[in-house]
Amino acid sequence: MSAARSIRPYGDKKNDGAVQISFTLPIAKSAIATEAAKRYVARMGIREPYVTLAEAIAPDFTYFIVYGRATHDIDVGAITAEETPVAALDREEIDAEIARRFGRRLVVLGCALESDAHTVGLDAIFNMKGFAGDYGLERYHGFDARNLGAQVPVAEVARKVREAPADAVLVSATVTQNEIHIRHLTDLVDMLEAERVRDRVVLIAGGARVDHALAKELGYDAGFGPGTTASRVAAFLLEEMSRRQGLVGGKR
Amino acid sequence: MASQLGLSPDQIERCRRMARRVADGVSSETERFTTVATERTVLRLLGVDGVDAEEVPLPNRVVESLSAAGRLSRGAAVWMGSALARGAPGVSEAALALADPAGAAGLAEHPRWREAIAPRVEEGLARIRSRRAERERRLGAHPPDELPLLYAIVATGNIHEDVVQAQAAARAGAQCIAVIRSTAQSLLDHVPFGATTAGFGGTFATQENFRLMRVALDAIEPELGRYVRLVNYCSGLCMPEIAAMGAFERLDMMLNDALYGIIFRDINPVRTLIDQRFSRRINAAAGVVINTGEDNYLTTADAVEQAPAVLASQFINERLAKDAGLKDWQIGLGHAFEIDPELEDGLLYEIAQAQAAREIFPDAPLKYMPPTKHMTGNVFRGYQQNALFVLTSVATGQSIHLLGMLTEALHTPFLHDRWLAIDQARTIRRNARHLGDEMTFRPNGRIVRRAHEVLGGAEKILERVAAQGLFAALAAGVFADTRRPHDGGRGFDGVVARDPAYANPFLEAWSRTPAGAHA
Repeated sequence: MSAARSIRPYGDKKNDGAVQISFTLPIAKSAIATEAAKRYVARMGIREPYVTLAEAIAPDFTYFIVYGRATHDIDVGAITAEETPVAALDREEIDAEIARRFGRRLVVLGCALESDAHTVGLDAIFNMKGFAGDYGLERYHGFDARNLGAQVPVAEVARKVREAPADAVLVSATVTQNEIHIRHLTDLVDMLEAERVRDRVVLIAGGARVDHALAKELGYDAGFGPGTTASRVAAFLLEEMSRRQGLVGGKR
Repeated sequence: MASQLGLSPDQIERCRRMARRVADGVSSETERFTTVATERTVLRLLGVDGVDAEEVPLPNRVVESLSAAGRLSRGAAVWMGSALARGAPGVSEAALALADPAGAAGLAEHPRWREAIAPRVEEGLARIRSRRAERERRLGAHPPDELPLLYAIVATGNIHEDVVQAQAAARAGAQCIAVIRSTAQSLLDHVPFGATTAGFGGTFATQENFRLMRVALDAIEPELGRYVRLVNYCSGLCMPEIAAMGAFERLDMMLNDALYGIIFRDINPVRTLIDQRFSRRINAAAGVVINTGEDNYLTTADAVEQAPAVLASQFINERLAKDAGLKDWQIGLGHAFEIDPELEDGLLYEIAQAQAAREIFPDAPLKYMPPTKHMTGNVFRGYQQNALFVLTSVATGQSIHLLGMLTEALHTPFLHDRWLAIDQARTIRRNARHLGDEMTFRPNGRIVRRAHEVLGGAEKILERVAAQGLFAALAAGVFADTRRPHDGGRGFDGVVARDPAYANPFLEAWSRTPAGAHA
């Protein structure tokens, strides 16, 4: 641990604590509303709150911009935080790395299995449009992303893996009633092993009740839970494929 | 407006001729088919509505039963007319009888089905005409709108909360309110029913939600002294059904673009182009302004490179729209301000593209979309990008201006994010009101050269698409680098070959009359 080093926000001189805060209060614009904003900011630990804008943005809402001086210190010497081990790659970087390392597009199949008719998770990862502003695998040049849709029998998946031939399979499990997703996910691994294609592909599971530990236990290479975006899956695919082929990782 | 860019009228005409070839190809490849969504729409236009105990909409039940009985190829209207002619007291009773698989299979065609259905068809047509007349009356009661129209989005998932946000945005100056749909509604092969309070990234498009928002916006019309336009999304697997619901509830604008669904949602091209044609017929009759989705190509790949593809798609969309009866004033062709702000002279390219679109489609209410791709967590920089976007929009005479949010890509807009966007747009619109009238471009300058280059590129793309046909072009990945084969994607199983005696009385009525004629 390093020596204690307390700091405050910096406006135009050391430790002046200068901050800018903006927010809306659900109250019509009035002298009371402005005083309420000031006091609210004071309770955040800000001295000399100075309301520079109070704007009636709707009949019962007022928008405030407030400047003031923070009174808290933070001892940065007492903080430990790790930088993310792998630099988060964006779509263009992943595409460029796939082109550089493999010189071809990676074939990725996606599906929901057997009785599971839900495509919402699958679509969030595959569709061009993507999810939460993070574009889907179909939008990557580096992937030949083939969304097989829902209710795909495990035998069909095995056949497609051989036919394609696929580099990776992404399984989305939405329906979890009576642990049905565990059975479907296990059945797929069994089928791929029986067809001797399990080792050819990176196998990934995703869904609301899937996590990495569960997926590993079921014989998958990775599991992704709710809120996962396509670029995270894409970055994993890139790294895992590179590892398998003995390729050295790209920029770290 | 005289051409500022010196674009060749002959070259523009060549592009339009090729777009016509593309559209003719689409017609000849799709006219032998109908779809489950198209037939459900016929039922809705006849007045069939509601859901059964399992929450399945009645139009879906009827179409499923007719389909199972192998009778959908004649068109749902034939069987509704036959049920009425055989004594069903009303539309609901006829639909309930047909919803039963045995009823659908056992009903014999009645020779006078047309007579029986005719009054119901006329009721549906009249319902749409009266909503349209009401809009025109309301619009006529106020001074003309200041352009570009400011278009704001609400997306809480709860229609009642949407109403609060929509009224706030309208009071602040928004002239169009769009209610974003729940994620993946475009992939549902049915339309949910009733008022909804839970959605994912948006609010379900239902007829009741349409009605609630329409009432809320009409309620503030006297206070504002202007009419607030309501927008929704008539795309995806239920494209024409949503058009019918919007026509009944007096929506004013509809996002309506099959190419968007094909490329970005992997919806089957044949299915959605058939659905699009019927939905555009309805929008034409309802006096709705459609918005097309070319802006999306620019979020996929580099905006500078994709500019010709946007223009080519606008030419095709214009022709497909006119073939469905839409008039120029109803065709809101889309484009966007998506060039990397780090690029030297990027603003000049944006101006070239926007000005070219304005000159090539002088009577179209162009829909201009804000920066999204190059928005970062730096909200101040985002606000600056949006200012350049508004300035370009005002200077080049765009018609519908989708407000950019400084927090784009961070969260769904906060109340004050939307207010800041409206305030910015109003200020710049007023401050630069006649800038466009004052501008001329250097004849061989960068903006003129860029506009010529984009038009030339569009012509080349159109040549390729016209030569191979739209379906082959889609399969080859001409648009947005995405390949969509004609028999792939969602909803292909809902495409039905028409019987030679197929009948769709609404399509017949609208094909006869110039539906989009401005009343």
